[in-house]
Amino acid sequence: MTVWAPLLVGVAMVLVWETACRVFHVPVFLFPKPSDIWRTLTSEWPSLLRALGMTLRIAFQAFATAVVVGTLIAFLFVQSRAIERSFFPYAILLQVTPIVAIAPLIIILVKNTQVALTLCATVVALFPIISNTTLGLRSVDPGLASLFRMNRAGRLQTLWRLRIPSALPYFFGGLRISSGLALIGAVVAEFVAGTGGRSSGLAYEILQAGFALDIPRMFAAMLLITLAGVALFTLMVGLSKLALGGWHESEVGVEA
Amino acid sequence: MLAPAPPSHTDRTGALASAPPVLEILSAEKSFADGTRALAPVDLIVSTGEFITLIGPSGCGKSTLLKLIASLLEPTDGRILWWRAGSEKLGSPGRRIAFVFQDPTLMPWARVEANVRLPLDLARVGKQESRPRVAQALARVGLQGFERHYPRQLSGGMRMRVSIARSLVTEPNLILMDEPFGALDEITRNRLDADLLGLWWERKLTVLFVTHSIYEAVFLSTRVVVMSARPGRIFNVMTIDEPQPREAGFRDSPRFAAYCRQLSGWLAEASLLQRAP
Repeated sequence: MTVWAPLLVGVAMVLVWETACRVFHVPVFLFPKPSDIWRTLTSEWPSLLRALGMTLRIAFQAFATAVVVGTLIAFLFVQSRAIERSFFPYAILLQVTPIVAIAPLIIILVKNTQVALTLCATVVALFPIISNTTLGLRSVDPGLASLFRMNRAGRLQTLWRLRIPSALPYFFGGLRISSGLALIGAVVAEFVAGTGGRSSGLAYEILQAGFALDIPRMFAAMLLITLAGVALFTLMVGLSKLALGGWHESEVGVEA
Repeated sequence: MLAPAPPSHTDRTGALASAPPVLEILSAEKSFADGTRALAPVDLIVSTGEFITLIGPSGCGKSTLLKLIASLLEPTDGRILWWRAGSEKLGSPGRRIAFVFQDPTLMPWARVEANVRLPLDLARVGKQESRPRVAQALARVGLQGFERHYPRQLSGGMRMRVSIARSLVTEPNLILMDEPFGALDEITRNRLDADLLGLWWERKLTVLFVTHSIYEAVFLSTRVVVMSARPGRIFNVMTIDEPQPREAGFRDSPRFAAYCRQLSGWLAEASLLQRAP
């Protein structure tokens, strides 16, 4: 039911789209039919796949960097309120400044395009990890904290046995948001770099196809980005289920 | 007035009057940083093997007193001695305190056995040694076969049992319980009360128990300490001189009713006190 209902809606929408385009004779360069897009997708598969690979690579690199750096920063923040109070505003600054505004700067400043793009995407993906993990590390059941104190638990024991497990649900929430943002960040950065002719990812494909009025190719590239985003999200959901499945309310079925 | 106790029973309270004190609370008081005076100077001596219940209107400092005794808080003035020594010696053999909280306070990510084993893990006791002790603690609270369950798979009463098993696993000499069964239904509560009493008797524990329930206090305790609020202080102490271990039938006896009546009178007086300026 959960899979079939939305799938049915999707199929119906594609059918309506296809018939409408056929009935009203909409030209391909204005609005392509699903079948046109499918044809482009299959015939230009190798080049599109290569572009997808590029974009995904940047997204993954950025995501991995964001997870590592974000988690480290979160650990630093929970060490003392003073550190958090001093640095958190800058994390927010990073979050609220639109990436399109920073990207040109980064691309000019960093010679290596790959590195520049990854950096842009990392900036976008970083904040949810920092804020969620910090919140999680602070969200320790006060009763359990007392229990640890009464049993004379060391700092490391408390961190490992109490703080980190308590933070996990929040951390995985951060992962879900951040994985999507890493992909968006990668695409946006490619767009900015692409206008300077220094990219080869899916965004660049969309730009080029736009210049060439190859609308089906634009749609095909967009479809691939969307699918990649969905796949990434699904992966994160699976990971979180794997880690929290046994115990956390968010991942346990309603039967309990 | 209370009927005199029949002379034939094992009078544990009497026998223990000469036992060494577990706890000496000497004019301990507690004020918080915001100026609230949670506890006026309190004096209380607890001997080995006693089952003491603290009862009183909300805000009377029962929980604060318990936290002072758990050494989770420091008294602002006065002092507390555990087995005639300061808090620095707590945790060594013969001087172990366990705390059972209002809520089960279990780690939701850990299975029952890991939850119960936690105090041993924190003390770096090896798996070889801890395994039988965990099994034994779970058996004592009647939870054999639930080792591999997660807390969320258990009922409220069972979670509380896990919490008690965890407190027993270190073989504590003093158990502090802060309204542990307050959130449970009456039938479950009565059963847990009876089991707790059995454990206390069998293991020769010393228990300090906070409750809101007069019936629970009378049924469980050797002494009931009635507290009054603002600032929290001891209003009166009642000795429940009844045979141990208590049987379920005690609840229906006229003597039980007499204790309860007396206690609820004191509680009413204690509550009135706080309304006075």
